[in-house]
Amino acid sequence: MARTLINVPPKAKRGDVISVKTLISHVMESGYRHSTTGAAIPRDIIRSFAASYNGAEIFRAELYPAIAANPFISFHTVATESGTLEFKWEGDNGFAQTASAKITVE
Amino acid sequence: MTQHDRHRTTRRAALRAAGALALGGAAVAVTRTPAAAQTSAAQEAARKAAMQEAIRQVVGEAKVTEGKVTVDIPPLVENGNTVPCTVVVDSPMTAAEHVKAIHVFNEKNPQPNVFSLQLGPRAGRASVSTRIRLQDSQTIHAIAELSDGSFWSGSAPVIITLGACLEDLI
Repeated sequence: MARTLINVPPKAKRGDVISVKTLISHVMESGYRHSTTGAAIPRDIIRSFAASYNGAEIFRAELYPAIAANPFISFHTVATESGTLEFKWEGDNGFAQTASAKITVE
Repeated sequence: MTQHDRHRTTRRAALRAAGALALGGAAVAVTRTPAAAQTSAAQEAARKAAMQEAIRQVVGEAKVTEGKVTVDIPPLVENGNTVPCTVVVDSPMTAAEHVKAIHVFNEKNPQPNVFSLQLGPRAGRASVSTRIRLQDSQTIHAIAELSDGSFWSGSAPVIITLGACLEDLI
């Protein structure tokens, strides 16, 4: 289980553009490094990130080894209705993690 | 020699030793960086070609116009392991006119892609931030695909003091 940190405003006015910030702890091993003994360190990265708002996908990102460790992704969305934002990360070696945040829209 | 004098001498000796150490350290750093960061001209050309190829795979034969896309990245970065990078596309983000996708590429990393993302009118604002790894000083290119099928690009140069992939392993 990787630790995640989600920042979504708890309250918003209908139609407001809100900023969503996400962070997940992950080494994002690029696969281009070698250990002190010279052996190649195998790649271990998060390949995809998706965010959905009340079940509808609003944002998707494909990540490559050029993303820094502990991927931070920040994007925007329109606050349409109260509900849940769900986040999903998927990666190498069967890595999968989900997180969610609630929002109240007035 | 008084007690005070003796103290001074040892302090001076200690400072000298510390200076020598620091110089030695600097020499190690100087000799190490070019060896570790060596990317030959041929390799650089190959990586640029790889980036062009990666861009072609996204864009196809469509024309890419410069403009609308802003890549916000600090011009001088000390550590290439985490470089904050923001991409903003000038678009009203309405159902009729919005940004469909943003792709970011680099010139000198072992792999040309940095990230690709898909947006829609629900994004409200076409602005994303993340932190990226860069191996060397280079130009970062971003390409946005709009809902009308046109492609727009933007780029920003960045100078890296210490590239990624050079950090010590434990």
